[in-house]
Amino acid sequence: MATVIVDGQEVELPSGSALNGIQVAKQLGIEVPHYCWHPGLTVVASCRMCLVETGRRDPATGQITMMGKLSPACQTPATDGTVFVTNSEKVRAARAMVEEDLLIRHPVDCPICDKAGECHLQDYHFEHGRDQRRADIRPFTSRRRPVGDTVTLFVDRCVMCTRCVRFTREITGTSELMVINRGSHEEIDVFPGYPLANKLSGNVVDLCPVGALGDVDFLYQQRVWFMKRQPHVCAGCATGCSIFVEENQDRVYRLKPRENAAVNQWWMCDEGRYGFAHLHSPDRMTSPRRRGDSGWADVEWSQLVVELDQQLRAAGRFAVVLSPHLTVEEAYLLACYARSVDAQALIALGPVPTEGTDETFPQGFTISAEKCPNRQGVAAIVQHFQGSLLEFAELPARMAAEGVRSLWVSGGYKTDWPATAAIDFGSELRLLIVQDLFASPLWEQATFQLPGAAFAERAGSYVNRHDRLQSFAWAIRPPAGVMVEGQLYWRLLGRPGLYQAREVLHEVARELLYFAAASEPIAETGVDLKVLQLAK
Amino acid sequence: MKADDPRIHWIAEPKLGLAGSMYLPLVVGGLVTTAKHLLSPKVTVSYPDQEPEIANRSIYRGVHRLNRDGQGRVKCVACFLCATACPAHCIDIVGAESPWPDREKYPESFTIDELRCIYCGMCEEACPVDAIELTSLYNLTGRSREEMVFDKEKLLSVYDATHKQEPMRSAAHKGAP
Repeated sequence: MATVIVDGQEVELPSGSALNGIQVAKQLGIEVPHYCWHPGLTVVASCRMCLVETGRRDPATGQITMMGKLSPACQTPATDGTVFVTNSEKVRAARAMVEEDLLIRHPVDCPICDKAGECHLQDYHFEHGRDQRRADIRPFTSRRRPVGDTVTLFVDRCVMCTRCVRFTREITGTSELMVINRGSHEEIDVFPGYPLANKLSGNVVDLCPVGALGDVDFLYQQRVWFMKRQPHVCAGCATGCSIFVEENQDRVYRLKPRENAAVNQWWMCDEGRYGFAHLHSPDRMTSPRRRGDSGWADVEWSQLVVELDQQLRAAGRFAVVLSPHLTVEEAYLLACYARSVDAQALIALGPVPTEGTDETFPQGFTISAEKCPNRQGVAAIVQHFQGSLLEFAELPARMAAEGVRSLWVSGGYKTDWPATAAIDFGSELRLLIVQDLFASPLWEQATFQLPGAAFAERAGSYVNRHDRLQSFAWAIRPPAGVMVEGQLYWRLLGRPGLYQAREVLHEVARELLYFAAASEPIAETGVDLKVLQLAK
Repeated sequence: MKADDPRIHWIAEPKLGLAGSMYLPLVVGGLVTTAKHLLSPKVTVSYPDQEPEIANRSIYRGVHRLNRDGQGRVKCVACFLCATACPAHCIDIVGAESPWPDREKYPESFTIDELRCIYCGMCEEACPVDAIELTSLYNLTGRSREEMVFDKEKLLSVYDATHKQEPMRSAAHKGAP
């Protein structure tokens, strides 16, 4: 147990905790401004923004001795008896001085800077800076040069915190970025011929406390204050990074990592970050259709629900393919529906797209080879209903053996259905229902074509490759004409009102042992489904 | 707020005297006002035969214009502050990288729905580079709603038409980021 005093308030820290002054102050709700310090990176204490008064209380006498000069809070460990003063006149003067110095060389081109609105330099200057600029400098246009395909550098906006440099050295281990020149001529740059080209490059934009590093994909797309942040989970791979979907009026502009110590810490990969273009692709399917004698006919959803149910019940043996892009709740509802139509319905896991091998970075961040978010969760549901894991590849043979007449295939794949060729399900098949985002050979084979939802439009939970279940609400509404899978299955089951993911998850947690830990309210960082299994 | 709230200050209705209850003095008073205006110089104008005179053009809030910078390019830097300040949500901007080496961002498209606008002048107040200004043009007409959605070219042409009689309010300020 260590007692630390911040601005006269005592904080008890559990023994073994290695916190610095910024972190301890944060526990009391006191913000110590800082640029260069980041919890995921090493400490350099170079920005001098977090300067505070420090001291030590003598454990025997209780006498407090303060240090003569200010020291950086990020570099001062909070041990027993450490005293921090973050609000004295001396500290305030130091902050104002740092802010003034940073602004001497800053272009102050906030009106055109993408960071404006979420910029630390703006916020700290407003709070801690002088109200007037003493230096006689006019706003100017910042010099700009690309440092990689995904990131561009606005040279003059930089405050030389070197977070980006440390990121490429410590987290990715690629060391593309460096500091060139000395003193007030210091600049961030890359070595000639070695651009910033690693798979986590987008993170340097998040790390940048000012507008120096710009995201090429997002550049000038939207001012940040128009966007709303919706907590969600990345659907790019089986790692399942916690993210924020930043949207305005049902259009996603960017994805940002959300801190989650158990999954992605503070980072996310470029593939996930920039992998949302398919959400707004003009090629997306947006109207449900039925194949008739005289070609395709559009069907209303309300009519479709009735028609599908009638035809499926009349068809005989039934099989469903649960895509690894479905949420746990959706997969469960579809499986329940399949079993209500045909008590022996075959339930199979959809194709799992994989690409290369898992890629792990020095600090443990991993990009998974499995390019779908919920294989774990859907496989558990398939196993529960089917008894064993029925893979998609085995399905045609099983269908032929059991004389299956109708098949429901759920998709949700980012681009095309993984299999490019038409699939032969045998001559017995009378009714093929395909639910997907984009057209594919399978889509053309279908009797019913149902447009599906993409990840940001779904509500529910994904289970990542380490059995961590994370729940999320929908971030944007689907395009007109699309009904989200969960809502469709909910209506097919004849449940009243709107699809309630939480209600379904509670049901799943009661029914399936694997999901038992999900019966409690799910924390923002998710819940480890193995917790209860290990206890058994 | 409830009727027994202590912050409410109740005022009793003044009692009418004899003269007041007869109404005659008030009727006479009204007629005196009418007679005064009958004899005083007229302030109404018979629009549209006669155009009204605008006393101070620089504070009149009529049709918007987009100012040009020293080189004849649109002065706007697409910062979206006008669109943010606009209470009627009538400004729609698409920002893009500028084609000029000395400027970073510019509006690829800039439209104002003049029918939706309430002419409050918040946009020109918000503008950090004094690119959007309200002119003294008040007689705005059009044959369709679409015609009344002014695009960038039309807003620049308003500048071309008005900048001689109404000079830019901050001609001295050249340092546009």
